[in-house]
Amino acid sequence: MNSEQSSATSEKWSVEKNTGLRFFLQTVIARAYPRIIGQQREKSWMFFDILLPMLAVSAYVFVYRAIDAPDEYVGFVVMGGAMTAFWMNVLWSMSSQLYWEKEMGNLSLYIMAPNSMMAILLGMALGGLVATTLRALAITILGGWLFKIPYEVTSFGQLFLVFMLAMVALYGMGMLFASLFLLLSREAWHLSNLAQEPVYLFSGFYFPIKSFNFWVAASASIIPLTLGLDAMRQLVFPSGAALGFLSVPLELGILSGLCVIFLTSAKLLLAHMEKLAIREGRLTESRR
Amino acid sequence: MNTTKRTSLNIQSLIPNRATFTRTFRVAAWLGWQIESNWTDPFLFAIYSIVKPLSGAAILVVMYSIIINGAFKSPIFPYIYLGNAFYMYVGGVMTGISWAIIDDREHYKTLKYMYVAPIHMPTYLLGRGVARFTVSSLSVLITILFGVAFLHVQIDLAAVNWGLFFVSLFIGVIMLAMMGLMLAGVTLLIAQHVWFIGDITAGALYLFSGAIFPLDVLPKYLRPVGYFMPITYWLELLRRSLVGSVAQAFPTLSRFSNTELMGILLGLTVVFAIFAAVIFFWCEHRARERGMIDMVTNY
Repeated sequence: MNSEQSSATSEKWSVEKNTGLRFFLQTVIARAYPRIIGQQREKSWMFFDILLPMLAVSAYVFVYRAIDAPDEYVGFVVMGGAMTAFWMNVLWSMSSQLYWEKEMGNLSLYIMAPNSMMAILLGMALGGLVATTLRALAITILGGWLFKIPYEVTSFGQLFLVFMLAMVALYGMGMLFASLFLLLSREAWHLSNLAQEPVYLFSGFYFPIKSFNFWVAASASIIPLTLGLDAMRQLVFPSGAALGFLSVPLELGILSGLCVIFLTSAKLLLAHMEKLAIREGRLTESRR
Repeated sequence: MNTTKRTSLNIQSLIPNRATFTRTFRVAAWLGWQIESNWTDPFLFAIYSIVKPLSGAAILVVMYSIIINGAFKSPIFPYIYLGNAFYMYVGGVMTGISWAIIDDREHYKTLKYMYVAPIHMPTYLLGRGVARFTVSSLSVLITILFGVAFLHVQIDLAAVNWGLFFVSLFIGVIMLAMMGLMLAGVTLLIAQHVWFIGDITAGALYLFSGAIFPLDVLPKYLRPVGYFMPITYWLELLRRSLVGSVAQAFPTLSRFSNTELMGILLGLTVVFAIFAAVIFFWCEHRARERGMIDMVTNY
């Protein structure tokens, strides 16, 4: 083979590699892709993901009806039930995702690959967010129809902003937890399981957070869904403002702050935990 | 010539002898306890066992108190609180037994070894449920004590009908174990959504059995589902045995005496037990024939 032929062959087989921001975005899309497409291929997931929260929502709605609660509380329950889908997604498909990847043997491949772990987590978050939004929307519409809930949105712009900020902060929190869970093994499952009911309680998924005293509600506000849910209820229900914990603009400000805090912390902690996990040999262990 | 060989169920092989039953049950219970508890130190395990149920109960307490302004002496409150507390057994026992199949098949990948071991499989699964029963008992006890101490749930120990309480509890746990066995059988045959099957069944029963609200609150067309479920009668008997006054406040089952309720519970338990045994052995038989015992779905 002469040099001309050799050069032609190498040109034929050379692949243009993305670097920098393009590579980062490519990784984000690549990781988000299976989550979004996976849902289209396995539609029965959607059915179960809607049915399970709907059962809990219905039970709590009937409790309110048994004690003759005003109708807006029924609406609060449906909205809270819809938002449980996001919390479940953050717990099981963000926080403990790296534990599942470890169990299946994929985690070491993630670490070996030349892409950023932050981009992988961001892709996971983006894919999870899109897929879960569809479920939450379905629960809200189905619950609204079943229990005849009067939604009266006062500002669609603010509602969209609150939702987006709450989601960015929440999934930032999920990325932060995912890096912490890198070191965990079997206990990851139990810790995710433990974080369900207490958060439903303190974030006011089924009642207004204002029912707690100020400091309990303020402490619970570290979880972005607490303020997100409170602000959304104020914007969606006629009596929501009277039962709100803080004003919507203030909650928007705090949620913006939480977005910055969680995303920055996730970046710093991920780098630290990745190094620690490599040093301690925890990336490939499987303690069942 | 027809070469198809039909396999059939050998009924005698389905019933264990006493030694096999005792050995299998004891070892399965010990194994279940290790799996449930040894992932952490006892202190964290105790917190885990207490925080989760108390938070679930606290959600209902807050919902109730903001609407009724803390009128905890109303009969609806002990109805909700005790129903929710005892319902923990449903998730614990029923889901615990069926979960053993998922754990052994998908996670530890040991289900095939269990099938080649000289044990009786249904007894093994029931034994695996003992750990969850123990943890649930602790959670129920703590939740009730918390209610008595801080939320004015009035249980007069001298007035409690202990005989009715323990007999109802015993029959109820057997009934839940049988329902768990039924779910375990179904789990053997399915690859998708096995993780949800226990939660969805427990969630549906929570809604239809009047655990946290009287059945009259349900739309009329849904009430018959609740009347068909043994859990509805079980919870009513437990409430009556602890706080008899609750029974008179709600008309749903007030026309039944304790003896009648016990008779219904026993009858439905027997029906469900027979149904569970038939379903489990049929599913197990199908799973063997289709080679699904050692299936790992990675789903």
